[in-house]
Amino acid sequence: MATTTLAPRAGTARRSWVLDWLTTVDHKKIGILYILNSFLFFFAAGILALLIRSELMVPGMQFLDEATYNQAFTMHGTIMIFLFVVPILAGFANYIVPLMLGAPDMAFPRINALSFWLLPLGGGLILSGYLFGGAAAEGWTGYAPLSGPNYSSGPGTDLWLIGLILVGTASILGSVNFIATIFKMRAPGMTLFRMPIFVWTVLVTATLILLATPVLTAGLIALFIDRNYGGSFFEPATGGNPILWQHIFWFFGHPEVYIVILPAMGVVSEVLPVFSRKPLFGYHAFVFATIGIGLLSFSVWAHHMFATGVVFLPFFSFMTALIAVPTGVKMFNWLATLFRGSISLTTPMLFALGFISMFLIGGISGVMLAEPPVDFHLTDTYFVVAHLHYVFFGGSVFGVFAASYYWFPKMFGRRLNEGLGKVHFWLMFIGFNLAFFPMHMLGIQGMPRRIADYSPDAGWTLMNVISTVGAFTIAVSILPFLVNVVATFINGEEVGDDPWEGNTLEWATTSPPPAYNFDRIPPIRSERPVFDLRHKHDREHLAGAPALSTVEAPE
Amino acid sequence: MSAEAPAVATQGAEPSVHHRSAGMPTPLLGMLLFIASEVMFFGGLFAAYFNSRAMHQGAWQPPPPAAPLDILPITLPITIILVTSSVTMQLAVWAIRRGEQQKMRFWLAVTLALGVVFLAGQLYDYSELGFGISDGIFGTTFYTLTGFHGAHVFGGAVGITILLARGMQGQFSQRNHVAVEAISMYWHFVDVVWIALFTTLYILR
Repeated sequence: MATTTLAPRAGTARRSWVLDWLTTVDHKKIGILYILNSFLFFFAAGILALLIRSELMVPGMQFLDEATYNQAFTMHGTIMIFLFVVPILAGFANYIVPLMLGAPDMAFPRINALSFWLLPLGGGLILSGYLFGGAAAEGWTGYAPLSGPNYSSGPGTDLWLIGLILVGTASILGSVNFIATIFKMRAPGMTLFRMPIFVWTVLVTATLILLATPVLTAGLIALFIDRNYGGSFFEPATGGNPILWQHIFWFFGHPEVYIVILPAMGVVSEVLPVFSRKPLFGYHAFVFATIGIGLLSFSVWAHHMFATGVVFLPFFSFMTALIAVPTGVKMFNWLATLFRGSISLTTPMLFALGFISMFLIGGISGVMLAEPPVDFHLTDTYFVVAHLHYVFFGGSVFGVFAASYYWFPKMFGRRLNEGLGKVHFWLMFIGFNLAFFPMHMLGIQGMPRRIADYSPDAGWTLMNVISTVGAFTIAVSILPFLVNVVATFINGEEVGDDPWEGNTLEWATTSPPPAYNFDRIPPIRSERPVFDLRHKHDREHLAGAPALSTVEAPE
Repeated sequence: MSAEAPAVATQGAEPSVHHRSAGMPTPLLGMLLFIASEVMFFGGLFAAYFNSRAMHQGAWQPPPPAAPLDILPITLPITIILVTSSVTMQLAVWAIRRGEQQKMRFWLAVTLALGVVFLAGQLYDYSELGFGISDGIFGTTFYTLTGFHGAHVFGGAVGITILLARGMQGQFSQRNHVAVEAISMYWHFVDVVWIALFTTLYILR
């Protein structure tokens, strides 16, 4: 750490590219590894979702038995949340945040590599339950006492616990790294209130991970002790309290919801200004709204527990509804950014607009569930499944694809095909609404979540058929995306360093950037340094004098 | 820190863009953030303890025939030993801040020895208590809380061992000793956790 290293391997033989990628500590390569790894888990969990939807399409058991079905939805939820949405957003942050700050790398590059490599290890352990008599089958929430030794005796749940502890540790180390990077590695002139909104959202997200994930780790360890060493934490027979698990899980689990959504909000807040040709409306309001959501997220966990009857309803209901205020502020930030903008409907822009509209629906159904009388009726029904997918998929995953299309040219110097991208968007948008909108109705009609079968007399069949058709439409929409990525690598349009005419610092270097990121950093006097650089002559012209020339970077 | 700057500064760059030395060194900030996460980890375990205790019917004490917890003969002495080790750790930090490597190594060795004595005392205490982790909710919370604290003491002892090994090779100086500062922060944190545990388990019983 203390030694001087100046291009240590210059002139020596090159290592093989496999070894290079396995041992890299470059934030850009680690970011790409994160994204690649996350997409692999996304496809695995997506196949599980198709299995679930196939089974539910019509009444009767066709494809799975009940035990397999329980494992499928448990693995689907766990993998999608812990090994797809959270890590892929961390992957984009890994790649982009140091570039946005004008930094050469993350603050702790080797810890960064460790954070990544814990993910395939943890995810592999979680899935390896399938090799040892069945994966965990208690749902991604792992409620005790169902997850305790008396009701889930196989090793699948233990592997789930160990894997989640590792994945959580990866998140904690990653968030230490992000916070240290953001506070210590900013280029001169990059004050906190000139940071791109994406960096702000990553900062708040990292803080939430840092403070929420260790509590889950404590709970996972407690459950592991109950299961393996005869502990009594969640065992009523020996003095324990199963409700305690719900408190611990949701004390983590609700901030987790914002851990998943905030970076996607950051992506959207980068994409909208670029394709509206306007600055983000109300930068400071957006920052404070993000911080506000972060603070509030620690005081709402028990709204997941209204039906237990042991939580103070007015407080948690009020605090939950209160979160709609900063979220609403953001909605108006985005709408006002679009207003009278010069809008170009590129693929990243379409996904960003998809995010706004779908997240709005998810937000509204969230406020509905925050009302105890409504929640008592809808708790553990498909209405909740609809709500969480409108937030996780309609929100975060649309944000993930906005980021994929927006930053692909940054990472590889080539732009993904716009035609295929739009096919991808519209198929996914339509498929998503087909798959999840009917679940609102199913929930109101009383269909419980996590059931493998339902009666033909229940009147739920039509909506389930529509939902399954939608799920397969989503799966089909992934094909043009994959074709697009492969075709772009083979014969994609090379578009130079800054194809979108971006605002933020990542577009000031080459695409892809060199290992050290920047040859030189433009002067930073606003949250849009690259915009300022591109238009500095316009400003001189407007001012009638070359007023800025005295502070230009030396060239 | 400027000696660390990698091959970033090429032609016409603004001078010394990165690794500004203002404020807290980055590794110390990293350690503080990690400690923040550890606070939340122990916060979760403490919350489990208080919840279990609040829900508990009857007297909150070890299952018979084990005797109620007592601060003597083991716990109070090892508490004093661990608090003392925090003092000696700080003496090591102050020594290297003055550039006195010999003194730093001495105080690090003393701290390590005290930490090991604490762990040995705790293990001996475990062997004498007469109840186990599977003997009801009292045993479960007691061994989980003290056990994870002990694991953290062990982790700190490993860190101090590494510091000692590096100190033997003369790797620390008045200007360059951020690892000593970071491990000392961690050691103080572990000490504070024990004081909270001692108060909760033995005084507030």
